[in-house]
Amino acid sequence: MRVAIIVFPGSNCDRDMMVAIETLTGRRPALIWHKQTNLQPVDLAVIPGGFSFGDYLRCGALAAHAPIMNALLDHAARGGAILGVCNGFQILIEAGMLPGFLTRNKELKFVCKQTSLAINSDASCEFIKSLDSSEKLQIPVAHNEGNFFADPVTLDNIESNGQVVLRYVNEDKKNSGNPNGSLNDIAGICSSNGKILGMMPHPERAMGAGHESADGKKLLQSIFEAIEA
Amino acid sequence: MNELIEMGFENAASMGLSKEEWERVCTHLGRLPNVCELGIFSAMWSEHCSYKSSKKWLKTLPTEGEHVIQGPGENAGVVNIGDGLAVVFKIESHNHPSFIEPYQGAATGVGGILRDVFTMGARPIALLNALRFGEIDHEKTPHLVSGVAAGIGGYGNCIGIPTVGGEVEFDASYNGNILVNAMAVGLAHSDRIFYSAASGAGNPVVYVGAKTGRDGIHGATMASTEFSDEIKSKRPTVQVGDPFTGKLLMEACLELMAADAVIAIQDMGAAGLTSSSVEMAAKGNLGMEIDLDLVPVRETKMSAYEIMLSESQERMLMVIDPSQAEIARQIFNKWDLDFMPIGQVTETNRLILLKDGEVACDIPLAPLVNDAPEYDRPHISPKIPQEVPAHKLIQDISISAALKMLIGSEDLCSRRWIYEQYDSHIMADTIIGPGSDCALTRVYGTNKALALTVDCTPRYVEADPYNGGKQAVVEAYRNIVAAGATPLAVTNNLNFGNPEKPEIMAQLVQSVTGIKDACEFLSTPVVSGNVSLYNETAGNAIKPCPVIGMVGLINDWQNAGTIALPSKATLFIIGQDATTNSGWLSNSIYAKSLAKHVGGAPPQIDLEAELQIGLFILGCYQQKLVQAAHDISDGGMLVALAEMMLAGNHGADITLPNTLDPHSWCFAENQSSYIIATKNPVELRCNAEQAQIPFIHFGKSISTQELKISNGDIISLDEIRDSYETGLSNRLEK
Repeated sequence: MRVAIIVFPGSNCDRDMMVAIETLTGRRPALIWHKQTNLQPVDLAVIPGGFSFGDYLRCGALAAHAPIMNALLDHAARGGAILGVCNGFQILIEAGMLPGFLTRNKELKFVCKQTSLAINSDASCEFIKSLDSSEKLQIPVAHNEGNFFADPVTLDNIESNGQVVLRYVNEDKKNSGNPNGSLNDIAGICSSNGKILGMMPHPERAMGAGHESADGKKLLQSIFEAIEA
Repeated sequence: MNELIEMGFENAASMGLSKEEWERVCTHLGRLPNVCELGIFSAMWSEHCSYKSSKKWLKTLPTEGEHVIQGPGENAGVVNIGDGLAVVFKIESHNHPSFIEPYQGAATGVGGILRDVFTMGARPIALLNALRFGEIDHEKTPHLVSGVAAGIGGYGNCIGIPTVGGEVEFDASYNGNILVNAMAVGLAHSDRIFYSAASGAGNPVVYVGAKTGRDGIHGATMASTEFSDEIKSKRPTVQVGDPFTGKLLMEACLELMAADAVIAIQDMGAAGLTSSSVEMAAKGNLGMEIDLDLVPVRETKMSAYEIMLSESQERMLMVIDPSQAEIARQIFNKWDLDFMPIGQVTETNRLILLKDGEVACDIPLAPLVNDAPEYDRPHISPKIPQEVPAHKLIQDISISAALKMLIGSEDLCSRRWIYEQYDSHIMADTIIGPGSDCALTRVYGTNKALALTVDCTPRYVEADPYNGGKQAVVEAYRNIVAAGATPLAVTNNLNFGNPEKPEIMAQLVQSVTGIKDACEFLSTPVVSGNVSLYNETAGNAIKPCPVIGMVGLINDWQNAGTIALPSKATLFIIGQDATTNSGWLSNSIYAKSLAKHVGGAPPQIDLEAELQIGLFILGCYQQKLVQAAHDISDGGMLVALAEMMLAGNHGADITLPNTLDPHSWCFAENQSSYIIATKNPVELRCNAEQAQIPFIHFGKSISTQELKISNGDIISLDEIRDSYETGLSNRLEK
């Protein structure tokens, strides 16, 4: 399993993602600095969380124009797999690789908490095929701009194409379960070919061994199995 | 204005110097200073930089111990944790700026303390904060809480260091002067610590990081005076933070340190380029010459005075090895940061600054640092109040009703509304985050973990400064022990009013003495700290608040404790029995919140008992007898138990003793006690008897979600949780 993690100035979950992937695959992913223009052939490219370019202008907007992005677009055009987490999700949207927008959280505050996620068993995303969709995933979020928005037509398309992969769900009656006000409780979506997954929750922070949950490990494992299949 | 024009006493007075200090400046120079020179003297001799009122007493604190690598006097303290690693930590206040501009004040407080830690060569791994706001219903409080929380999160979240713990209090004495203390903790290789003393005459002095602007000019002096009603005019002295640049600077500095290019390094914090250049040169017993025209600036026509006194953020000063200069430049280029040689180390023992080809400043360094004024300010011992007897405080309500009110009060309710705005899991090593006795952060790549806490009980310190100082230390100690970790060392943040008032000075003197006695007894030396004085508005001083930040170590994080009550556990109070629990309600949260009675003697501290009981708890951890533990502090035993029930989501059944009034027993704030939940009650009891540790077997966890009390009183866990979880949000968002 060859994995590359793209690092922008202001990325801050790159190490966490590297450790998580190395723990699972036994192989340390390559860290690719954003000023590079080449991406060696890889099985999976990951854009980690953080505040690329300080979130200035708009989250992910500057990173979407970094030198490495052309190589990433080429990788996507070849049908390559990409995972974007949190700021990585924002960058994928800004780069036009995923539909919709990610706007300020409904309560206008940063939110860091455990969330409960439902897996959409109808999703056209191979990455989740080995997961039991009757089980909820417990994976934490930590973001200021995770409120997914799309115009009604786009949203309809995303839903009917099976591009919604993960939704926040209500575990106890008192909480809505949705930490940021995203439309249709969307926590993660995929591209129309199912090979690019963007999600707000951080799987690298739910790896068991001291973490509150090990469900992020399950999800990453499932992604690797799908790519290797 | 001609910058070289001679200044007079009225100029010095406007910069906060006394007549006597002004005369000392003139004597040292042998002439009248110009504006830049006067600015440098006034900043270096400000309370904030010189510790002139507190130094005499700080010197009495224990600062050495077998694990201490570096005590106070550097950017942060350094303590050995074995395996070639060291923990680097410090706490610092940003009180005045945070009241004027809460977001930026709090954000730059976090940025500043992080720089102190990575300047030592450590990668920061955790942040904590100790916050005090005015009354929760005061008109300014919601705005200040929102701004400070957003500012702390805004900086910490972006730079990518988890905020793992802290404390929040509300009290009328902070209505006009909030306290924002931030603590940062980092990890370094114990043989690769970086210091600030310059060496090697002729070595280049390099400026790195963000450009210098006109923000924060003379901020250290502002932090050394009382507030008046004209605080809005002080807004330009608040710095503006840029956590993105802070992140780049941190990565670039750590990369540069790994490349063996750095000889000395100092963060440009309070008093900016002034304190960094003066301290580096003076510590190396050398001089420094700087050409101010080379300093990267972001505004035009900045004067020598403005450049030297600016507190623009995200800047560092370094002395580098000239043979590594090119490597150093490349690293900073990679991170798109300024890297500018601006001068050199000299043998003159003078600070010489050039501006527009002229000498703008030429002052001897020794008087600036070594001969800075030091005062032995008068202090009058306060009258310590009597204990308020419990029968005067006990309310005629049920225990469950009292519990529900206490746990929903702003003093004791959940701080979730605040801490969910902080990224507490980034770096993926947070084992226990906010909302527990202490935070637990794994030491990356090892099985070890650091236990981290901040503590102070200002109402105790106000009533009895000596015992209040001691209590801050022992409560921090208990928080660390309750997690099964061994307390290592302390950093402190001494927040007081105007030290020129003898009654305020007495608070400082006595609480420092209390801290000294407790730290000596518990073998937790003070390795770093900060003093914030003049916390007064319109002559009204804050409640004294000597915050203790403590770091402990546990060798295997998997053996660490939790406060979460498990099922099928037996409950003990360790540290009390029928004879030692006197039911101390005087100056408790129960007295304040329910009886509306403030003041009275706080609970007494017995250091010997504290140590003995602490060691007993750690022994029980080693024998795996502890399934959950929580120390008893604000709110007393039943509040502690309720927090354990909420964290574990289990009910409990408890038996009241017949020796004390039930309210006294449930809500007393007697010290040196813990609640332990165990699955080995026989062994635990036997150990306690053998060690002659007082204990009470008082209950068990039950399968129903409720608290059952032996007098028939009962309350559901949902009802307790509802009160606990909505206490803050209901009142801040109304």
